[in-house]
Amino acid sequence: MEHYYQPEIECAPREEIVRLQNERLVKQIRRVWDNVPYYRKKMEDHGVTPDDIKTVDDLHKLPFLSKSDLRDAYPYGLLGTPLRDAVRIQSTSGTTGKRVVAFYTRHDIDLWEDCCARAICAAGGTNEDVCQVSYGYGLFTGGPGLNGGSHKVGCLTVPTSSGNTDRQIMFIQDLGATILCCTPSYAAYLGERMKEMGLGPDDIPLKAGIFGAEAWSEEMRRDIQNTLGIKAYDIYGLTELSGPGVAFECSDQHGMHINEDHFIAEIIDPDTGEVLPEGTEGELVFTAIDKEAFPMIRYRTRDICSLSREKCSCGRTHVRMSKPKGRSDDMLIIRGVNVFPSQIETVLLNHGYAANYQIIVDRVNNTDTFDVQVEMTPEMFTDNVGEIESRQRDLSAGLQSMLGIKAKVSLVAPKSIVRSEGKAVRVIDKRKI
Amino acid sequence: MSVKQISVFLENKPGKLSEMTELLAANNIDIRALSLAETKDFGIVRMIVDDVYEAVNVLKDGEFIAKLTHVLAYAVPDEPGGLNKLLAAFNAAKVNIEYMYAFLGGEDSKHAYMIFRVSDADASAAAVAANGYKALSQDDIAKL
Repeated sequence: MEHYYQPEIECAPREEIVRLQNERLVKQIRRVWDNVPYYRKKMEDHGVTPDDIKTVDDLHKLPFLSKSDLRDAYPYGLLGTPLRDAVRIQSTSGTTGKRVVAFYTRHDIDLWEDCCARAICAAGGTNEDVCQVSYGYGLFTGGPGLNGGSHKVGCLTVPTSSGNTDRQIMFIQDLGATILCCTPSYAAYLGERMKEMGLGPDDIPLKAGIFGAEAWSEEMRRDIQNTLGIKAYDIYGLTELSGPGVAFECSDQHGMHINEDHFIAEIIDPDTGEVLPEGTEGELVFTAIDKEAFPMIRYRTRDICSLSREKCSCGRTHVRMSKPKGRSDDMLIIRGVNVFPSQIETVLLNHGYAANYQIIVDRVNNTDTFDVQVEMTPEMFTDNVGEIESRQRDLSAGLQSMLGIKAKVSLVAPKSIVRSEGKAVRVIDKRKI
Repeated sequence: MSVKQISVFLENKPGKLSEMTELLAANNIDIRALSLAETKDFGIVRMIVDDVYEAVNVLKDGEFIAKLTHVLAYAVPDEPGGLNKLLAAFNAAKVNIEYMYAFLGGEDSKHAYMIFRVSDADASAAAVAANGYKALSQDDIAKL
């Protein structure tokens, strides 16, 4: 039996959803025009006013927002409410050395947690379940989002956060956790660790997992399902739009339902910006229609996927997005964290190294490996091994604090990094997803 | 009185050391002494060569990172207690040794030669000399 958190919305007739979207969109554009000078100027430059936006069909008239706008407007430039109404921020790992800081009012947190609650119910969660949230807590949206959703569903919530794998397994066993929320690579890692400890799927009570924040393949889904003895569900989101729960998988597992009462999705041609017809692959663009503090309008996610309005066997009527195929720019997702080569460059330069580096990403035992090779320079070279190693450690710590994940730093000989046509190859992604 | 040592950065990978020695051989540079400090991913080669400046130029042209370091060189009688007496002089002079390595001389089979890396080469050389041991000069080394 399919579980819903808000069946009246999740299974609403199409006309009802469109009516709600029209109403919220018009209000939202007016509010943004009045409260966000940054976006108002974009609209003015684009020759469009709130009067031009009467229905969802007018959406294409509005200018896009992109990651560079978030950088330019950092930190308060896109705030949609007076600061006193905002009660929380969450943040990404950052781009080009600048983090995305997203703001939330109480209402925004509420709707975000609703979205996560829908995802948990779609994975079969009820108030009888014990839900272990092994996403990171803190600035990262994974932990707080699923934590809130789990509360709303009424699950007993176990906020283990990420790391300390043996303790995670102990809690799963001792507290009888039935639902696990984390990144797919961490789920796979947990499975590996269980095997090492001599534990099989029958030794743990887990029945479902909600995994997101990074790309994963169907093969990986099968692996995780087998080692943990669960059904694995995908969840999609981004900090700019609130966090996980923007879209989620149902029992049918053919794409993720986008929470259309909060987010309008479009697919555009990433080069021309033109809106593409349903079913065509292109860049996913979102408009948040009732978020208050951080109202993203036509935000370009750079995720490449397609949308489908085909009837879903689960009974939900919200549009489905396919699993994103990749990013339309140079961003890497490593262990669920966004990593931009430019961030690494910034750290290298700050630590006195030249920007001659290479990122090598691979996946070993379903976990991402992240190596950064840096060319030694005459300036950084000394005869003292200890000093070089201590600088290497400083660099490693600098990268971790910038990116939020640990990289293995190795020093390589000058000019040893492969260059093709004079241009260094910055990223070698060996993962087969 | 100090001696110039060449320190070279090498990746800890098969063939890297021979790439360097091949370059030196092709340029007719004689390695008098060599020691290697290694970590998991890189190493530092320390060498005393006959022609320091030529060697540095050749290495730099060959895309190696090479630096000159001032070290102290001493001749030690090749007999029991030979090194011990020299180290006693270092102790008496309160000179701290960062690292050291040894090599044997050419014709002279009665002495071994020791290279010492210390924090302040010239001041340390003077202090050790005051305790009875005179450091060798660059010329002394070249003549071995």
